[in-house]
Amino acid sequence: MEKRVPAVSIRNVSKSFGRVQANSHVSMDIYRGEILALLGENGSGKTTLMNMLAGIYFPDEGHIAIDGREVVIASPRDAYDLGIGMIHQHFKLVDVLTAAENIVLGLKGRLDLKAASRRIREICDAYGFEVDPNQKIYDMSVSQKQTVEIVKVLYRGADILILDEPTAVLTPQESDKLFAVLRNMRNDGKAIVIITHKMHEVKALSDRVAVLRKGEYIGDRPTAVTSEQEMTNLMVGRPVSLNIERPAPHDPKPRLEVKDLTVRNEEGIVRLDHVSFTANSGEILGIAGISGSGQKELLEAIAGLQVTESGSVTYIEDDGRREELIGKDPLAIQEMGVALSFVPEDRLGMGLVANMDLTDNMMLRTFRSGHSPFTDRKGPRHVAESVVEELEVSTPGLGTPVRQLSGGNVQKVLVGREITSAPTVLLTAYAVRGLDINSSYTIYDLINRQKEKGVAVIYVGEDLDVLIELSDRILVLCGGRVSGVLDGGTATKEEVGLLMTKLGGDRNE
Amino acid sequence: MDNFLSFLISLFPRAVMQGTPLLLGSTGETLTEKSGNLNLGIPGIMYVGAISGVIGAFFYEQSAGANMNAFLAIGIPLCCSLLGSFLMGLLYCFLTVTLRANQNVAGLALTTFGVGIGNFFGGSLIKLSGSAVPAIVLSGTSSYFSASIVDSSTGNWFAKLFLTYGFLAYAAVIIALVASYVLGHTRTGLHLRAVGESPTTADAAGISVGRYKYVATCIGSMIAGLGGLYYIMDYTKGIWASDAFGDRGWLAIALVIFTIWRPNVGVGASILFGGLYILHMYIPSGMNLAVKELYKMLPYVVTIIVLIITSMRNKRENQPPQSLGLPYFREER
Repeated sequence: MEKRVPAVSIRNVSKSFGRVQANSHVSMDIYRGEILALLGENGSGKTTLMNMLAGIYFPDEGHIAIDGREVVIASPRDAYDLGIGMIHQHFKLVDVLTAAENIVLGLKGRLDLKAASRRIREICDAYGFEVDPNQKIYDMSVSQKQTVEIVKVLYRGADILILDEPTAVLTPQESDKLFAVLRNMRNDGKAIVIITHKMHEVKALSDRVAVLRKGEYIGDRPTAVTSEQEMTNLMVGRPVSLNIERPAPHDPKPRLEVKDLTVRNEEGIVRLDHVSFTANSGEILGIAGISGSGQKELLEAIAGLQVTESGSVTYIEDDGRREELIGKDPLAIQEMGVALSFVPEDRLGMGLVANMDLTDNMMLRTFRSGHSPFTDRKGPRHVAESVVEELEVSTPGLGTPVRQLSGGNVQKVLVGREITSAPTVLLTAYAVRGLDINSSYTIYDLINRQKEKGVAVIYVGEDLDVLIELSDRILVLCGGRVSGVLDGGTATKEEVGLLMTKLGGDRNE
Repeated sequence: MDNFLSFLISLFPRAVMQGTPLLLGSTGETLTEKSGNLNLGIPGIMYVGAISGVIGAFFYEQSAGANMNAFLAIGIPLCCSLLGSFLMGLLYCFLTVTLRANQNVAGLALTTFGVGIGNFFGGSLIKLSGSAVPAIVLSGTSSYFSASIVDSSTGNWFAKLFLTYGFLAYAAVIIALVASYVLGHTRTGLHLRAVGESPTTADAAGISVGRYKYVATCIGSMIAGLGGLYYIMDYTKGIWASDAFGDRGWLAIALVIFTIWRPNVGVGASILFGGLYILHMYIPSGMNLAVKELYKMLPYVVTIIVLIITSMRNKRENQPPQSLGLPYFREER
């Protein structure tokens, strides 16, 4: 094989934040005309490493060379001058400005938005983007914003592109479109690095895979010769089983009965239309559906956070006593053992307080209990300890504000707290959103353990493969209506997918 | 009707004169806030701008005596004023940008500090001048600052409305219009807005956040300081007395909100505020004094109403810069 000159070569780079060592002595190469997938568990330092290429962070030690020439990247401007452009996980866009204004931001020379718009259209035509240069960012959907980010980088003439979890917020269709564009760019001779947790994306898109573990560079493989299992083992550092168990439900009894539940949103649009189902104890009920089909409203209605129009939600205790949940306040519902863990698109948006530490965030669940005017900190601290230990949350300590943890770790804290609150009904939505594969399996495992304890689990998920493997029964929502209930053991992905897009008639059990 | 017209013609010039310090103050504060710095030190900075000019003028008048040079009589107080408020702006930036101190606390401290400095040096000068009344009179300097194209006793209504002010009043309007143009139509303005809206974005785009904050805040302070200078040298005809400046600094900050961060709107709005501020002088004599205090509230009431309306309409362009009041540190996680 001919010797290629790497577009970027990183040698011996280290970076630490306080006591957290984010990268230690990393050496790796990035080539042109190639899509490199950078893999690693949450908090393994992928984003930090790439931020050093983008000039956001400055390495504590080590060297970076571009096209064989050693460089110092002290600021984002240096990075642009070297042709490096990064699309961050959290978009770096100014909401009140238009797409064109955002794209020319930071450039020098006279401000000529008309000329800029023309060039933006050229770039869009060349690669197949759709951007209206005069649209304000706050009017845009997530995928439109991402497109603006990519165009921004190309506008500056970047030929080394770094994308940090670009598909985390996209629908499958939008992801496919993005991949087509990325392949165009690769064929154009650009060097592309993509950080992702989704293994099927790695397989479908990348040419080479590089793995980081706990801040260290583990190695690389051509995508064609590696497997999902090997990649995961490299990431975790030990063989990991990628099978999800599905123990048979033990003595299922109806726990939650939802009947003719109808919910309208603030604009008066029906989000749930006469939804009826039963959730049994010791069973996982998976809920599938295109995002926005009413999953959020359903869970919130059960938890008492959503005003309902009609219908009933009945909680059935072991001895057969029935209690109506609609009309009860969320606190009372929570005390009955109904726990909700909803992971929104921005993970800190719901459920955790960013500036508080782990113990205090655990306390949010329990601070009302007891009669003393003082709060009990011991209990929550034990909970925090056990969550950190069981879910392998990487944190400098229990006193660290949640804000300082990496995204995946934040999520483990949120999900861990809900699961350890010993619920009888566990409502969980997007529990593994943005989590690396190992943490995801830990969470699946935790959910299964809850099921074995006799908890009725309602699981809303995005990944259909997992949903089918994990759930005992699958309820498919389409446009706020139940389009079918399938048996988890026999359902196929195609079947579920079909029901997600159209009402499949009366196939209810 | 005729009566009303003549009332307007007599109110308008006074409203403009009241409004000019407010316009300068709010233009300065708008530039500052566009960089994400909520400088509540503006009242103090305007105070320092005033006293610095007074100090310069005082010593120049003392040394020049009767033969004052027009160029120096304007130039010296002007430079002193600019320097004084520049240093205040620099101090604010050092505290909030370099040391990342809380902006509200730093700003309020600066206001208290500026008023104290003003009263201290004002008092010292009064002692130096040996004046019988507790005030400094700089009528010589003031005559240069308040020189207008036509005399205010003119009969021509157009001239009376538009040509009877000192040069700083015109400068205030020009500065406001230029500031608006820069903010809306130049690359510098675009970058400045980006810094105030989202410093992380600006930083990632290669804009030096710290430099923009420093420069915008210092220039803003200097513009605001001119408001203080105008007040002493033109409005009060060169008479400095402790605490005479009143609450105009706060009114200037209210004006920023009233104009929804647009200096060009400030040109008209400052005249409206100026008019509302002195409206109580026009209420018929014999009326209850308490009513007078109600009139004095008008500018603030109007500001509150504007705040309510803009919040209800909830248009993104009319909101304050998104990261207003927040310190920026690149490696914050």
